[in-house]
Amino acid sequence: MRLGDIMNLLEAELLNQRVDLDIELESAFAADLMSDVLALARPGSLMITGLTNIQIMRTASMIDMPAVVFVRGKKPPLETIELAGKLGIPFMITYKTMFETCGLLYEAGISPIHCEKR
Amino acid sequence: MNPMRPGKTILVQREVKPLDFLSAGETASEFKETLKSLGISADLCRKTSIVAYEAEMNAVIHGGGGEIILKLDEKSITIVAKDQGPGIENVNLAMQEGYSTAPDFVREMGFGAGMGLPNIKKYSDELNIETEPGKGTTLRALIFLDGSGGE
Repeated sequence: MRLGDIMNLLEAELLNQRVDLDIELESAFAADLMSDVLALARPGSLMITGLTNIQIMRTASMIDMPAVVFVRGKKPPLETIELAGKLGIPFMITYKTMFETCGLLYEAGISPIHCEKR
Repeated sequence: MNPMRPGKTILVQREVKPLDFLSAGETASEFKETLKSLGISADLCRKTSIVAYEAEMNAVIHGGGGEIILKLDEKSITIVAKDQGPGIENVNLAMQEGYSTAPDFVREMGFGAGMGLPNIKKYSDELNIETEPGKGTTLRALIFLDGSGGE
């Protein structure tokens, strides 16, 4: 699914300029715990989170996640916006909850990440 | 592709400041860029940066700062994290998912939920932790360039 289509579906507001809305995303991972993102998310998947601190962008960058959606209308602080710009990570705000965001994307064909039994 | 000639070693050493959450992760990012620029595969760059990032977070949160070292030779990538913090009282317990001694303000940032050391173990091929209560901790993680260590 195109990033631009995800943005429309979530009625989200894109916060950085000069972003490639044609990036294709096939999977997503939603969490407020960045260590779980680091443990389980796959490169190329969309990050959905309600946290907005600078470490969100660091985490996305470490695991090669190409875009971030902030749910529940959370606005990131300046340092997060600046780092996103530096790292070239597009990010958007949706006023939908994490549950609704995930539901809409799942319905639209975005795949979950497989969590292995351990 | 292995860009390293036998006998050649690359070493990057960086200081980590205590409780500096704005800068935390900068070293891990730098390590990732360094490895990428040397032609190391995306998969190995990612594993290394996650190991370095969690180790850096531990030094920031628990260790009172410290230093993180990246070493690359023809066989492996080594991440060493040293701190002079309080040490880890029970390493086996700290290796369990969900066990944490981190304060709440760290959890509010999405860390400190007892996944740091398990994540380091998951993404490294060999892990050694030397720690002494009251003296500090040295963590050494190895990632093999030929991928022989699995995930």
